[in-house]
Amino acid sequence: MNNLKVILNGIIKENPALVLLLGMCPTLGTTTSAMNGMGMGLATMAVLMCSNTVISLIKRLIPDMVRIPSFIVIIATFVTVLEMLMKAYVPSLYASLGLFIPLIVVNCIVLGRAESFAAKNSPLASLCDGIGSGLGFTLALTMLGAIREILGSGMVFGIRLWSEDFGVLAFVLAPGAFIALAYLIVIVNKLTKKA
Amino acid sequence: MKKLESTLPNMVIVLTCVSLISATLLGVMQQLTKEPIAQIERQTLEDGIKKVMLGGKAGELTVSRTDTVEMDNTAFIIYTAEQGGVELGKAVKATVTGFSPGLTVLTGFDVEGNILGYEILATAETPGLGAKADQWFQKGAKGDIIGKNPGANNMTVSKDGGEVDAITASTITSRAFLKAVNMEYKAISNAATEATTGATTKTEAYETAEAE
Amino acid sequence: MEYVLLAISAIFVNNVVLSQFLGICPFLGVSKKMSTAAGMGAAVTFVLTLATIVTYLLQKYVLNAFHIEYMQTILFILVIASLVQMVEIILKKMSPSLYSALGVFLPLITTNCCILGVAIIVGNGVADGSYDLIKGVVFAIATAIGYALALILFSVLREHLELMNVPEAMKGTPIALLTAGLMAMAFVGFSGMV
Repeated sequence: MNNLKVILNGIIKENPALVLLLGMCPTLGTTTSAMNGMGMGLATMAVLMCSNTVISLIKRLIPDMVRIPSFIVIIATFVTVLEMLMKAYVPSLYASLGLFIPLIVVNCIVLGRAESFAAKNSPLASLCDGIGSGLGFTLALTMLGAIREILGSGMVFGIRLWSEDFGVLAFVLAPGAFIALAYLIVIVNKLTKKA
Repeated sequence: MKKLESTLPNMVIVLTCVSLISATLLGVMQQLTKEPIAQIERQTLEDGIKKVMLGGKAGELTVSRTDTVEMDNTAFIIYTAEQGGVELGKAVKATVTGFSPGLTVLTGFDVEGNILGYEILATAETPGLGAKADQWFQKGAKGDIIGKNPGANNMTVSKDGGEVDAITASTITSRAFLKAVNMEYKAISNAATEATTGATTKTEAYETAEAE
Repeated sequence: MEYVLLAISAIFVNNVVLSQFLGICPFLGVSKKMSTAAGMGAAVTFVLTLATIVTYLLQKYVLNAFHIEYMQTILFILVIASLVQMVEIILKKMSPSLYSALGVFLPLITTNCCILGVAIIVGNGVADGSYDLIKGVVFAIATAIGYALALILFSVLREHLELMNVPEAMKGTPIALLTAGLMAMAFVGFSGMV
């Protein structure tokens, strides 16, 4: 029951991208389409789950002063493993996410959750936290990707809704990313704070 | 179990262990995924050659020769494609730098040097922007290059005085792409001249030998 | 000429923050005051240039030489983390005021993805010769200048925003993101330059 709460917490109350505002780079950079956003979210979730569990398992073996470097090495290992697996089994997604896959290493969410949750809680709870935060991140990215894809090119998940001529190119380009995310956060603020 | 103290030996041992375990894990993973990755690359290349040479139509073709030409520190790999014993033309693969390195373009030329088709095999451009190149230059699209001949047409972006429309907001990627296509065309002609001169040298040598 | 073009394209056309989306966290975090923004920009410039030189050499003489390219991510992030530690120690000694101003954000340079991003872009270009050391350094410095430029301009805008009457739900990050969006729109205009 408690673990379920941890998962829900990551999805809604502490949504990494929309509430905690962590991991902004992939949030803006990879959400040109709903599919890319979802792929990036799931990739980050995989790394989060692995790193959270492992760090929680070995937290007592790591002296405090070398905590951060050890965490970074562990995270970087999982990211590289993920990179190889994606290259081997989903090459097209790997190609479209490009540089942002190795950059999961420096995603503040992963190190942030390791430091603030996994280093203090049991492996099972940490795994749940990884799932929750990961799902929350995936949800946010998919939503943003879908919004940009619909407004920018009239498609969602590759299904055409209306002609590309009605698409606003700005939403596929950089400015649209900032603006779409800004309004998404406004909506979340409005809903959660009941202002 | 008590938490390990932050003493120097403890820290050194822990960091070394963590690094060693990571390195071993990565080494093992690399061995495991090497074969699937290589296979996928082979498959992409095979499909790519088929696609650029046949323009989307179904059919069988065989690669009868593979040559490599070095120009400007870039390697151009030329695949000569045949269908039923008749040469269709050549597909050339090269990797150039767009905004970031690693834009791999495969272009198919017929025997006269007209472009039959192209395919982006790998790209590290910004998702959704530069990455648009895989459709932008196809037949009927805004920057259509199919059927053009880099020898006769000025294949640069319109901003540089050429006749191809660049991808909106991605001039650098468009330039890199067109540069790749132009260089690939040159690589084919270079390879052809080399082969001819090679042949002439050989004939001359033969004649000299006979005269003696 | 090639270097000038490369520099202009990295500073304006493909601005690291506004069109490549690298290093957004500190971009939003330390841009409330112009003085901190300038300090952060300087720190990033320093670390980025140094990191690119070191990672270039590592890529060429270690990773590519021994065919262990798959260790790239781990090796680069460790190099960057140690470099940041070093800069932190030096700054603490040389300029305590700047050190206290940058506060928690200095260690965060480690997780600033524009540093690792540039290192990987340059590193991947070593094998096929598209980046040599000079070109890599020019690219790194230009990227850092672009970063500092965006950060400082943005902080000036945000100083003015403080005085504005912003709707409750839009206060803080949303209005900052909107401003960044408008700035990015202006920077799209630069795409005609190169």
